[in-house]
Amino acid sequence: MKWEVVIGLETHTQLLTNSKIFSGASTQFGAAPNTQACPVDLALPGVLPVLNRQAVEHAIRFGLAIGATIAPASIFARKNYFYPDLPKGYQISQYEIPVVIGGQLEIMVGKELTVVQLTRAHLEEDAGKSVHENFTGPNGEPASGIDLNRAGTPLLEIVTDPVMRSAAEAVAYAKALHGLVVWLGVCDGNMQEGSFRCDANVSVRPFGQKEFGTRCEIKNLNSFRFLEEAINYEVRRQIELIEDGGTVIQETRLYDPDRQETRSMRSKEDAHDYRYFPDPDLLPLIISQEWIEEVRSSMPLLPATLREQWQTNFGLSAYDAQVLSQDRASANLFTELIDLLGASQAKLISNFITGELASALNRSNVAAVDMPLQAKQLSYLLRRLIDSTISAKIAKDIFAFMWEEALNGKEVSDVDQIIESRGLKQITDSAALGVLIDTVLQANTKSVEEFRAGKEKAFNALVGQVMKASQGKANPQQLNELLRQKLQSS
Amino acid sequence: MSWHQKSVAQLSKALINKEISSFELSTYYLERMADSRNLNAYLDTLPELSLAQAKEADTLRAQGKAGPLTGIPIAHKDVFVSKGWATTAASKILEGYISPFDAAVVEALGMPSERHPHAAGMVCLGKTNMDEFAMGSSNENSAYGPVLNPWNTKCVSGGSSGGSAVAVAAGLAPVATGTDTGGSIRQPAAFCGLTGIKPTYGRVSRYGMIAYASSLDQAGPIGKTAEDCALLLSAMSFHDPRDSTSLTDSGEDYARHLHSSWSDKDQNKPLAGLRVGLPKEFYADGLSSEVAQALLVAKDALHSLGASVCEVSLPKTQLSIPVYYVLAPAEASSNLSRYDGVRYGHRAKEYSDLVQMYQRSRSEGFGEEVKRRILVGSYVLSQGYYDAYYLQAQKIRRIIAADFQAAFNQCDVILGPVAPDVAWNLGEKSKDPLQMYLEDIYTLSTNLAGLPAMSVPCGFSKGGLPIGMQLIGNYFSEARLLQVAHQYQLVSDWHLRYPAEVSA
Repeated sequence: MKWEVVIGLETHTQLLTNSKIFSGASTQFGAAPNTQACPVDLALPGVLPVLNRQAVEHAIRFGLAIGATIAPASIFARKNYFYPDLPKGYQISQYEIPVVIGGQLEIMVGKELTVVQLTRAHLEEDAGKSVHENFTGPNGEPASGIDLNRAGTPLLEIVTDPVMRSAAEAVAYAKALHGLVVWLGVCDGNMQEGSFRCDANVSVRPFGQKEFGTRCEIKNLNSFRFLEEAINYEVRRQIELIEDGGTVIQETRLYDPDRQETRSMRSKEDAHDYRYFPDPDLLPLIISQEWIEEVRSSMPLLPATLREQWQTNFGLSAYDAQVLSQDRASANLFTELIDLLGASQAKLISNFITGELASALNRSNVAAVDMPLQAKQLSYLLRRLIDSTISAKIAKDIFAFMWEEALNGKEVSDVDQIIESRGLKQITDSAALGVLIDTVLQANTKSVEEFRAGKEKAFNALVGQVMKASQGKANPQQLNELLRQKLQSS
Repeated sequence: MSWHQKSVAQLSKALINKEISSFELSTYYLERMADSRNLNAYLDTLPELSLAQAKEADTLRAQGKAGPLTGIPIAHKDVFVSKGWATTAASKILEGYISPFDAAVVEALGMPSERHPHAAGMVCLGKTNMDEFAMGSSNENSAYGPVLNPWNTKCVSGGSSGGSAVAVAAGLAPVATGTDTGGSIRQPAAFCGLTGIKPTYGRVSRYGMIAYASSLDQAGPIGKTAEDCALLLSAMSFHDPRDSTSLTDSGEDYARHLHSSWSDKDQNKPLAGLRVGLPKEFYADGLSSEVAQALLVAKDALHSLGASVCEVSLPKTQLSIPVYYVLAPAEASSNLSRYDGVRYGHRAKEYSDLVQMYQRSRSEGFGEEVKRRILVGSYVLSQGYYDAYYLQAQKIRRIIAADFQAAFNQCDVILGPVAPDVAWNLGEKSKDPLQMYLEDIYTLSTNLAGLPAMSVPCGFSKGGLPIGMQLIGNYFSEARLLQVAHQYQLVSDWHLRYPAEVSA
């Protein structure tokens, strides 16, 4: 049987604020345990929550960026359950009426552009952390400790409809969302520190079936790789289970990255009744049109707007525009290079950023925002490519060299100096090229014969040989023309 | 007249005229408190700390920095957290708990500080007994024993602010703070022959006030006279950014209307123009004849001061009991979740896992009535019951508030009983929680609507127990309510009477 995978994601994005969502304590990561928890975070008797305006503005900003409805009045509710890292015995969250309703996000799955529908995004507070490892209690025996530094950190939980059909699509969505929230400046995007973490709701159903299968929720996936692995494992598990005659039980599961498998955390039967009700300590969150406009006027240019501009003004393909606008650093680099090199070079710049640069970032595991080379340095290199001083092959080599320098914190060499000192200038002198071609033709009589017999492939092989002989410096166009001339004339 | 029989207004003059120092006055009260421990009005006292504050107040006065309340002693209900004195809300679960900060009310009435340079400078005498977590109408639900009514020590003090009321009635404090979620200021004030006011919801900051039912809780003063309540309320009212439900204006001088007429209609009749409404549902079955009789006399007194009287209707009065006993426990069940034995307060000595730690700590720490309300509250919020109970109750709550608005189209002030009867005997109703809940019938609806309301002494039963009348006003009408009460107190002397032992 053919199975269809159905995925919905809930993403907890930690909002970039100075203080917590309901208290004045700092949100700085990495402080000594319990040093960033004030009486409100500790839920001492008598304390009350006061909403952080900045957290709300971030939510509005996100809502506007995805074309969602900003609720004019949303409600904070209490989600009641007992756990030692939840000081009040309830989490303040939005339940029936969230601040952001609907919206959509364009994503690129492979080369396909698709749209992910969002259900909602709501504001809530994070819980503290339980420390189970390497912790000694007051009696000297191993114990569990509680660190409440994170308690009360503002979160925006962003929920999609169950619209994704593969782990790849879910990862593409998560990456696009990650790019957007960082772009907007509402989240630092630091996944290691837990600033951006996903819960995946996964189910399978026979192709063509309308009803959804029973879903499992995989909690707390804090890397794109884990997200992909966890979903793929879970899909396999569910399909095998059903094909073996079993049924999927609705439950919460955890992903174990070491064993690359998900395992059951709790089933629906022991799910809590959270006894949600409106928090009487907080007034409804009223957002006026004026407030929305104020936030709108402070919004950065959005990726979607940029994509449109780039396609119209520079003739970029939808795909290129999408990739370039995946994160703000890449987009900024693109526009800076356009400014430096001119709009006519858009395609070349785009190819460079999505090609050489992207693979270098990937290879070195560097985020675009931490790119070690500056637009100006890159522009010198690209300019020499544009004015045919160097070939594309040489440009690659020089880039790799500059990249290594920059990555290792060295001063990046001057492009012209590199070209000069290493003699990397493109060979555009016909006579010199002619000599090279003649040598290659003499050494490759077999290829020459094949070409003459009508094999176009043989021509390419010969080009490669000449290029090799020139150490990559031959001007490819000239080389092509000259080689063809020589083959046809002799 | 002994010092303990003087009102705050009188003590203020005495301090200004240097008839007595704050240190002497505080010492006087601390001695009386030590001699009256049998009443169980106080849960924690720290005489050295009180006297240190008194000295500070005297210094402020010597420096010319004294305000009208500087140096006057006060007792705080144990529901307000305080830095020096333990704060338990009369529960075992918070036994010995010391707050690292002062409640907004404690801070505003206490010694001036950097944070609060304009604080009133009153001397804290200690923390008063109450029903555990303010849940009760007799103060019998305190984990530290009931408070005895000084008018008859076999009788309950009323609750939940029973300790505060008894402290004032027995001359163990000139004035005290209380909180009122369903009548907890007004009913003990009535049972002890005192004047108390629960202001409009949001008027007094709830920061540092241990929450029972957040949407109903409101702090206010309990004193001998309406004038004292006005002085105190003025000092307690301000915008507090730490409480999201705090009113945004900076408060009022609630004594400003006390000495003036309601209108300029008739110079000889200070309440001419005032329309007093009598809700017919209040004067019906369940109201004792003694209380009804006293109210009739009070109504006539207001009439002779120039007020006109009309009948109004509050048709959903009966429903205020079920509505309150759904909403208040619902909020309480969540508010009290933080007492889990993890970070502070009582933790069971022995347990084998986390769940057992929670179960034992909370079972041991909470009293019967608190557990009952947590159970009821958890139940009405549960999946499948939420709509039928909680949502339904919220709807009726809005109707109750609308009924009051309709009544205020016909009158300025509503006059009714505070409680169906006078203070009952200790133990008389504690076996039957439902019967106890019915005692709150006249006070609950104002909390549900968020309206200001007062208790004013208006007579005595044959058995010699005080009777209180309730004055309910529209939102933000505290200054006018206090004006009516003050004008009434100018022509009556119920509020000037003392229990036999206190008269000595």
